[in-house]
Amino acid sequence: MSRSDWEVVIGLEIHAQLNTASKIFSGASTAFGAPPNEQACAIDIALPGTLPVLNRGAVERAIRFGLALGARVAPKSVFARKNYFYPDLPGGYQISQFELPVVQGGAITIWVGEGENAYEKSVRLTRAHLEEDAGKSLHEDFHGMSGIDLNRAGMPLLEIVSEPDMRSSAEAVAYARALHALVRWINICDGNMQEGSFRCDANVSVRKKGTQPLGTRREIKNLNSFRFLQQAIDYETGWQIETLEDGGRFEQSTVLFDPATGQTRMMRSKEDAHDYRYFPNPDLLPLVIEPEWIEQVRATMPELPAAMKSRFERELGLSAQDASALTSAKEVADYFQAALAATGDVHAKLCANWVMGELAARLNRASLEIASAPVSPPQLAGLLLRIADGSISNAIARKVFEALWNNEGKDADDIIERQGLKQVTDNSAIEAMVDEAIAANPKSVEEFRAGKEKALNALVGQVMKVSRGKANPAQVNELMRRRLGI
Amino acid sequence: MPLSNEEVARLARLARLSIPDGSADATRKQLDSIFVLMTQLQSVDTTGIEPMSHPQELPARLREDAVTETNRRATFQAIAPQAEAGLYLVPKVIE
Amino acid sequence: MTSAPFFDAPVSALRRALDEKDISSVELASLFLDRIEAFDSGLNAFITVDRERALADARAADERIARKGTGALTGIPLAYKDVFCTEGMLTTCASKMLSNFVSPYDAHAVTLLKQAGTVNLGKTNMDECAMGSSSETSYYGPVKNPWNPAHVSGGSSGGSAAAVAARLAPIAAGSDTGGSVRQPAAFCGITGIKATYGLISRFGMIAYASSLDQAGVFGASASDCALLLSAMTGFDPRDSTSLDRPTENYAAAIEAPSPNPARPLDGLTIGVPDEFFSEGLGDETRAAIEQALAQYRALGASTRKIALPNARLAIPVCYVIAMAEASSNLSRFDGVRYGHRAAEYADLVDMYCKSRSEGFGAEVQRRILAGTFVLSHGYYDAYYLQAQKLRRLITEDFKRAFAECDLIAAPTAPVTAWPLGAMSDDPVQMYLADIYTTPVNLAGLPGLSHPCGFDTAGLPIGLQLIGDYFSESRLLAATHRFQQATDWHLRRPAIARTSA
Repeated sequence: MSRSDWEVVIGLEIHAQLNTASKIFSGASTAFGAPPNEQACAIDIALPGTLPVLNRGAVERAIRFGLALGARVAPKSVFARKNYFYPDLPGGYQISQFELPVVQGGAITIWVGEGENAYEKSVRLTRAHLEEDAGKSLHEDFHGMSGIDLNRAGMPLLEIVSEPDMRSSAEAVAYARALHALVRWINICDGNMQEGSFRCDANVSVRKKGTQPLGTRREIKNLNSFRFLQQAIDYETGWQIETLEDGGRFEQSTVLFDPATGQTRMMRSKEDAHDYRYFPNPDLLPLVIEPEWIEQVRATMPELPAAMKSRFERELGLSAQDASALTSAKEVADYFQAALAATGDVHAKLCANWVMGELAARLNRASLEIASAPVSPPQLAGLLLRIADGSISNAIARKVFEALWNNEGKDADDIIERQGLKQVTDNSAIEAMVDEAIAANPKSVEEFRAGKEKALNALVGQVMKVSRGKANPAQVNELMRRRLGI
Repeated sequence: MPLSNEEVARLARLARLSIPDGSADATRKQLDSIFVLMTQLQSVDTTGIEPMSHPQELPARLREDAVTETNRRATFQAIAPQAEAGLYLVPKVIE
Repeated sequence: MTSAPFFDAPVSALRRALDEKDISSVELASLFLDRIEAFDSGLNAFITVDRERALADARAADERIARKGTGALTGIPLAYKDVFCTEGMLTTCASKMLSNFVSPYDAHAVTLLKQAGTVNLGKTNMDECAMGSSSETSYYGPVKNPWNPAHVSGGSSGGSAAAVAARLAPIAAGSDTGGSVRQPAAFCGITGIKATYGLISRFGMIAYASSLDQAGVFGASASDCALLLSAMTGFDPRDSTSLDRPTENYAAAIEAPSPNPARPLDGLTIGVPDEFFSEGLGDETRAAIEQALAQYRALGASTRKIALPNARLAIPVCYVIAMAEASSNLSRFDGVRYGHRAAEYADLVDMYCKSRSEGFGAEVQRRILAGTFVLSHGYYDAYYLQAQKLRRLITEDFKRAFAECDLIAAPTAPVTAWPLGAMSDDPVQMYLADIYTTPVNLAGLPGLSHPCGFDTAGLPIGLQLIGDYFSESRLLAATHRFQQATDWHLRRPAIARTSA
């Protein structure tokens, strides 16, 4: 048996922290980075007698999510208590939705891989439910004790549970990325993974290809980057296959991923078989969402990535892959649409190439987000217009782009004018440069005449160099051939 | 359906209570008598009856999303068994 | 006011005396504080008395009275069951677990009563975590019955009931999860009313069973209760189960003149459930209740039989739900952020277990274990879910009953106050004493107990009146008419007739 005889089955549970101003059940601030316990109010530290009251903003964000996924927004959902003891859980129970979650079903289309092997796939969601986050245990040593910070206790979370529809770590990452883009797109979560605003748990099991029943799964907890998600799943998959091939077995369990070693390991705190004793929280009445509320929220929804993607294909003639890339994040789509609009909506393909090509690469080198790109969409549009009308070559365009990036002029025309980069199309001026090049490179001329086609490139290149790129390469080529009598 | 001492021990573990050696039997007997009382519930057929978790069967009233609380850490930690550097201290947490 | 001394005067008379400067609030507070000092060692009704704080409240009230900015309760002393959080003051719930807990905030009801200008005499004793029917499980020792200190006061709000009965406080606040206001009121021979669930905010009341807990009040009469209840009710956005409805002035409502003063209860139909008069009901209690019903008829009311067939299961239903909710509610007491932490422990789990087992008494631990059981995997459906279904049946019985009657009358308890320790070894026997009160909590209805006689041992008997939702006015008004025609509510134990 080899690894290729096995199939991995992956389901993800993603915790997206909702970007409300206050916590899900209290009026404490959700701002990141406060000193320990300064944002833990009487309710968050579970003082006796305190009671939770549900935040409307958190519910509204759950509705937005449900609408974005074409899911059912439950007209009635219930908050339960999940009972267990842990020092970062002040009440001794987590308030979460259990039997009746607020969002039920739904699906998201993901784009897996790159280039020719890329493919589309739909991943189904089981549910998404509202719950409160727990605090943090800090393991630095305080006289051999742990410190508990409850600022995060009560932060609003949407736990998004997928069906076990993914068959590779690449699919899992593509799904996580798609959801990450979506929650930011609909502005319910800031997506900041370093700050823990978007965390993944992966349920991984393997089975022999062609078999139906799911294997024993292990849950990898708290993966806070896409890279770790991929590494953890790959390691876990390999471990499970090896274990089974060696005739071993393992229990359903929860494991942690150690980024330092790239391995997963069992959690050390082995809870006696969890029995969470879920029951409806008697402090909270059922959450009822009237159809009118859903319609109000629907009216404020932006065009969603899937709809935008098909519009780009249909109306702009972009390829599915280009359209998918341009709608992979709200900010990218916003930039693209603004730039395209500034060109007068006529150069979609060119615009797409530049946004995903030169701009993306430059942003990547500078570690910048597109929203803070130094070249604004209208500036890029100005550049594209000059390319389109033949004023500048692609090579010059890249120079102009760099100049715009470095704020050397207010727009492309300004830079082209100031730096004299306008393409030279005057035949006589080019002829003079061609003659100069022929005179200065007799060797190349000889080689070319002897049938070495490549030598022509050297001569053309010489002209381009002399013209500092401004000569129209096609024109140079044609004149060169004519002068050499071919 | 009397409980075993093991079951009582499991409940105590879940509830984070320690039952001193020697009182396990007494605890079990008292719990048994409570469960005898509770088992009366099984005498009624409740097929089709919707469970009632609340005396007022009303929808939840929601709070507007606004920050209303201020930092009261010093007051809260003045009554904490052990706190330092703004943190509540507990015996080492092992993950 | 020639007869009653100030410590035994109705609140309305105290109001007049304060406004007319016959007595200052400071003098009135001192009078009660002195009485507590003189008599409470024999009753153990109070856990915490803060004289300085009380006198400061009273001075502030006197200033308000001088400015004529008074409400009905400005300058009136009262006591709180130690389940209400009071800022800067010890709030123990009668548990070792909270024996060091100085609350950093006030319960909503306390805030309202502070705003009304009341004077906080102190925090009263109770069953630990409100779990009990006799106020014997307190970490601070049992409360004794003012009528006979060898007997229990009832519970769990026994301290508040005993304090009012002994005139150590004119009025007091309590809480009622399965009868914890009505039963001690009955055992101590005073009037007590538990409000409709949702009428008084639970914010700041240390929870026993969230879906059953509701605050209530004690007074010597319906009219004293009406004044306190009016000041405690009101919408609180911090309690999701608080009802947003206009507050009522119950005191004004019960004073409304009757068109037929001879038969002021004309047109009132009182339902009498057979199930509440079956086996287990003491003969003397039955006789006293029947006599009281005759009195109600004499006042113009008519009585008719009604059926509450599912009420017989109220005790197991109520205890399953209460213990389940309690097992979860009491998880926050873990020795991490406040409350008792064991001095020595091996590790985290050991710290939890030791702190909780040291901090909670036997009955509380029993209820946590039983509650953990009924919610645990494999038992949830048979116990917790089944209890919730039966809760609906019990509630529907009441709905049907209130289609046929305006109020329901029944005994408050099957027996009178038992001797201290008599039921301590048999917790289930004690639970059974809540047979007539628990159905009311399950349905979330308001209920009242008023004195209606004595047994041959001289211990008081209470009549329970149950009303439909929000019928507090009707309950109090009916009781008021009864009390205008009778003097059971004026009977006092010896301790309450003695000056400090």
